Amino acid sequence: MTSEADAIQKEPSMLVQKAMIAEHYEKLAHAKELGKKVVYTFVPGNLTELMNAFDVLPVYPEINALSSAMRQKAGRYIAEAERLGHSEDVCTYVKCDIGMKRQGNVGPTGQPLPPPDLLLLSYTGCFTFMKWFELLREEYGCPVVMLHTPYQGDGEITDNMRRYVVEQLEREVIPAFERLTGTRYDEDRLKAAMAKSAQAEDDMVAVLESAKHRPSPIDAYFGGVYYIGPMFTAFRGTAGAAEYYAQLRREVGGRVASGEGPITPEGPMGEQRYRLVVEGPPNWTNFRELWRMFHEEGAVVVASSYTKVGGFYDQGFRHDASRPLESLADYCMGCYTNRSLPQRLDLLERYVRDYEADGLLINSVKSCNSFSAGQLLLLREIEKRTGRPAGFIETDLVDRRYFSAANVKNRIESYLQMIGEKRRSRGARGARGEEVRP
Amino acid sequence: MHTADAPDPTSGALGPILARADALYHDLTLSAVREHKEAHGAKAIGCLPIWAPRELVDAAGMLPVGLHGAGDRVEVIRGDAYFQSYICQIPRSTIEVALTGRYDLLDGFLFPAICDVIRNLSGMWKILFPGKLSRYVDVPQNFDPAVGGAFFARELRALAEDLSALSGRPVTDEALHASIARYDENRRAIGELMALRERAPHKATASESYLVIRAGDVLPVEEHTAFVRAYVAAAEASDRKPRDHTRVVVTGAFCEQPPLGLIRTLERAGTYIVWDDMTLGARWPEGDVEGEDPDPFVALARAYIARSPATASRYEPSGEKGVPLARLTHKSRAEGVIFAAPSFCDPALLDQPMLTGALDREGVPWTAFKYAENLGQFQVIREQAGTFADSIRLWSDR
Repeated sequence: MTSEADAIQKEPSMLVQKAMIAEHYEKLAHAKELGKKVVYTFVPGNLTELMNAFDVLPVYPEINALSSAMRQKAGRYIAEAERLGHSEDVCTYVKCDIGMKRQGNVGPTGQPLPPPDLLLLSYTGCFTFMKWFELLREEYGCPVVMLHTPYQGDGEITDNMRRYVVEQLEREVIPAFERLTGTRYDEDRLKAAMAKSAQAEDDMVAVLESAKHRPSPIDAYFGGVYYIGPMFTAFRGTAGAAEYYAQLRREVGGRVASGEGPITPEGPMGEQRYRLVVEGPPNWTNFRELWRMFHEEGAVVVASSYTKVGGFYDQGFRHDASRPLESLADYCMGCYTNRSLPQRLDLLERYVRDYEADGLLINSVKSCNSFSAGQLLLLREIEKRTGRPAGFIETDLVDRRYFSAANVKNRIESYLQMIGEKRRSRGARGARGEEVRP
Repeated sequence: MHTADAPDPTSGALGPILARADALYHDLTLSAVREHKEAHGAKAIGCLPIWAPRELVDAAGMLPVGLHGAGDRVEVIRGDAYFQSYICQIPRSTIEVALTGRYDLLDGFLFPAICDVIRNLSGMWKILFPGKLSRYVDVPQNFDPAVGGAFFARELRALAEDLSALSGRPVTDEALHASIARYDENRRAIGELMALRERAPHKATASESYLVIRAGDVLPVEEHTAFVRAYVAAAEASDRKPRDHTRVVVTGAFCEQPPLGLIRTLERAGTYIVWDDMTLGARWPEGDVEGEDPDPFVALARAYIARSPATASRYEPSGEKGVPLARLTHKSRAEGVIFAAPSFCDPALLDQPMLTGALDREGVPWTAFKYAENLGQFQVIREQAGTFADSIRLWSDR
């Protein structure tokens, strides 16, 4: 009998990525023997190039949480945290991480993760990050270095904001790494890594923008989370990541040339009846099930905001080796959830138009106020600005209790029917010679 | 309605003071603000909790107006359409009040960095009310005066320019020094009130003190200072007798406020609330700003860095989470702590396990519940708080 795992269809680049991740976790499992220091940090605003320049191994607690959810282990971790007194109201990433730690801190490859030697609190776009690492500081009793990334409240990065981040890097973060590793900061190493980052970023943007083709060769949400994996985590700035993105770009380019769609876990995607932009993080407990709901309806995601949480590249930003610290500062401040609601709205509108989407679907997750607060206004405004329908589903990041498959499916189907109705009505008006707005 | 176990608020000199405080609290049309604007031709700026630099608004010749949602005083209808069920209550009622025109008289809004919801509300404001000044006030979480302090001072200068452009009056160093002096005096007056609560909580009750401090949301600062001192004098002079109540600290309520009925419920349950973090925005920084630095912007920034109170919205660089709370509990001679946090308040609720851990290590009893600003049923909380207070009275070594 073939297991479900065996039956899942994968793109070739996914296998490459899997090997990269396995190697990283292998290193983590043997960090002590390898003499490597371990730094826990967050995906948004991560300083991967800098960490690599100090030869430390990063761990991303959000990644641990989401992979626990995909392996259906998050429920008992969350229960453990709630038993310890954590409220049912708060972020389930945090509870999943704390529960996982309390139950042995076993990572996705089945090996225990090493405790952190340092917590790099890259406080970017999410207030909860700050609380999370205050909690982990108590759990592990290890030092924390804070990098406070100012928020783009007025929709811009000012000189003052950039200077503040650079000064923290120079006076707090880099000295903390020097103390941790006993090595001096080598800016040339950082610059070399940033040059590799920029190369990979070019390729990743090309991959994401390939969704402007019809049919789209990628799914920019469910598939997108795989495409952003190396870039948003431990591999940005490495030769491995540069090679991965070059391969991915070739792979996707091949599908563009042959007119093929993305490969989903259910197999190659057939007719693409709906093109959607999705706002909000995915649900991880029922990731494949949710993707299947889209697949069955012929809905492909052509752009998503989630693929911008760990770096915002498709509007021109690249890591710039000629001004390394300033560029790192701009990278941190540019991450999606560090942008104001009006900026997010402008971006989503642009995506709907540029990717010729039928509409916007919001996946509102209970755990993430940073994403979720204001999404209902985004929904209305997108409809008003583009004339295209917006839909709304509610799930959670890693808490299965907040995933109601029937409810979600029903909402998706209703939303797609609404798009269909809108198309028919536009077609009828067009046939009568009336003006038809896009 | 006055109850047998609460002081009679209508008696003596306290009566008119409390009646005014109560009227100001309940007036969601902000009549006092309107009257001030008409009398002085001034503009008014709404300030959400906590870290609004009111001195800058005052120095620009405008009235800072404290905004704390609408409590249980409005029925939220339109506001609910903007937020999912798992978002706290305060942004709903704030939007509701704004959409129903009751904030039309405010000329601008400041949204200090305290959580993701208030942060995103600042962006919603820009979309919904594009004609109003709307500024997110990012406060540093780096507490090195040369880094975070310098950043904040420069942010304050930029904000002052925006405020000056709106009011037409430049925020000069001289004007800001004068405003700082007015607010320092106000904080001293509130400090006197807090000291009286600590010394004689039967004379200055938490619910009365709350109303008196909240009056500062809408009154000009000097008028409020005098108002607070009038209350302190009247409360001090009253002949209210102490009761065998349990002294408690209430924490977690720094943003969305508990309904007044809930505060009174805690008092009726047999507690004296000798310290709380409601109205924290009116009480920071701790101590005077003037004298911190000759440059008034730097002085404000450094006062924030050095003497803003420990709270969930502020990073704790020392790693001593809960230690300030335990210290405060001992200093105020509180016998227990009540964690009262709004439902879905990530900062307060994420903080709680660390704070309770610190209290456990110190042997301080605590209890916890959640509320919403529009909560209408207090019986369960009364029973919980009453049991907590009784257990301390009966079983502690007091």
